Amino acid sequence: MPSDPTGTTDAPLTTSTGRRIRTEEMVLNMGPQHPSTHGVLRLELVVDGEIVVDVIPHIGYLHRCFEKHSEAMTNYQQVIPYCDRLDYLASMNMDWAYALAGEKLLGIEVPERVEYIRVIMAELQRIASHLLALGTYGLDVGAFTPFLFMFRDREKILDLFEMTCGARLLYNYIWIGGLSHDLPPDFIPKAKAFCKYFRPNIKEFNDLLTFNEIFIKRTANVGILPADVAVSYACSGPMLRGSGVKFDLRKDEPYGIYDKFAWEVPVGTGEVGTVGDCWDRYMVRVREMEQSLNIIEQALDRIPEGDVKSAVPRRIRPPAGDVYVRSESPRGEIGFYLVSDGTGSPYRLKARSPAFVNLSVCPEICRGYMIADIVAIVGSVDIVLGEVDR
Amino acid sequence: MGLLDRQFNNSNVIITSMENLLNWARLSSLWQMQFGLACCAIEMMAAAASHYDFDRFGVIPRATPRQSDVMIVAGTVTLKMASRIKRLYDQMSEPRYVVSMGSCSNCGGPYWEHGYHVLKGVDRVIPVDVYVPGCPPRPEALMEGIIKLQEKIRRESLVKKSA
Repeated sequence: MPSDPTGTTDAPLTTSTGRRIRTEEMVLNMGPQHPSTHGVLRLELVVDGEIVVDVIPHIGYLHRCFEKHSEAMTNYQQVIPYCDRLDYLASMNMDWAYALAGEKLLGIEVPERVEYIRVIMAELQRIASHLLALGTYGLDVGAFTPFLFMFRDREKILDLFEMTCGARLLYNYIWIGGLSHDLPPDFIPKAKAFCKYFRPNIKEFNDLLTFNEIFIKRTANVGILPADVAVSYACSGPMLRGSGVKFDLRKDEPYGIYDKFAWEVPVGTGEVGTVGDCWDRYMVRVREMEQSLNIIEQALDRIPEGDVKSAVPRRIRPPAGDVYVRSESPRGEIGFYLVSDGTGSPYRLKARSPAFVNLSVCPEICRGYMIADIVAIVGSVDIVLGEVDR
Repeated sequence: MGLLDRQFNNSNVIITSMENLLNWARLSSLWQMQFGLACCAIEMMAAAASHYDFDRFGVIPRATPRQSDVMIVAGTVTLKMASRIKRLYDQMSEPRYVVSMGSCSNCGGPYWEHGYHVLKGVDRVIPVDVYVPGCPPRPEALMEGIIKLQEKIRRESLVKKSA
């Protein structure tokens, strides 16, 4: 709990004649149209002056009936475009998580080339997602220039995706059993060139925003999430790692071929403030971009030849049963619980969304701060409302 | 360049119609309401950022409906959000325009058939000037939509709102 800067919360207000002035808490709405709630989130703030006493998030402004759609589709592949639109900043990771569930249900092995391409795409997507998260976080706390710098580099990643599958944002690229297209011939040199180009830019971002004195003042020691609270709320992704818990599904429960690469799991260290503050969550994302580059470079060097469509089933009719598959999206643990009744379409599909779970810890870390800090805290959670509301 | 600069050094008389002048002023600085709903909002942000640079068209994002001229409805409009969009539209000062960006806000898009909580087109709650198709539309497509809106404003008349 931060110290009370105005000193008015405990001592009763009095007039010059000594009469008590009655004060009461006020309810303030933030959203659903607010530039720094990252979409259509509504926060009901109970405030005492400028101090936030409680925060009640209201969601459902973007409930797009994902689970209903996945049951209504006529086959399993048709669900993938809806998975794209779950977390529209990390479509590749969502597709992959769903494809993993389908493959586990069918019991198929995918070719090695597919595994490599999936890793490359997922990590490029992670960089793109983090670039947007960090850029808009800068916007939230009042820095406009980093946003432009980060979008400049994000466009280069989108160009790579576009030459692969023709789409900029929602790809429908990773299918159950394989991929929709093979890589175009000049993808690998262009991706290598991107890695070479992008690595020095991380330092540029750090000079521009990360170690900016104003930015540190706004984010260090704000919104501290202790490790035990993070674990008890089942937070995941940079939210959990920012609190110093070294847990990453790519390392602890490797799916795909993540166990073949050498890389580190960055965690928050409280470098400029306390472990688990907003700055730590921000910094974990910056360091994750470096690690993603390491993985991409190794994968690009070792990618084998092969047919990416050889394992794609012509007709998907898995045996009756259910699976739960989880993987690491840029926001944390995305899980799909897929139930098959032996027909050609899912009987039930439940998505465990990382952003929804991370958002639920928000009231816990917002209490006692100023209203302006709420913007910094909500921004550091990095929610995507498409995934929160589904 | 020099010729035009020197023209303005001395006092000048420019003859034009009131309509032309007003329309020119309106279409040259369309301030958009920064209002992202879903996936399309990311493409709207990309359009406003460094690579596509919406500023070239005088389109600047504003955070409040009171200061903006055009509302770009970018994303899926749900039933819960529809009444809020109507209220935000009412808060904008006239003349106000609406660009519906993406299939979802045009007609419900991929959520048309089974989306029990999705409004089948934002034109059911507010009047729409330009529809931009795509899921999501590329930033270039959004620019085309803005250019179409500018053409529409250029044809406006003081007596009759749209031509």
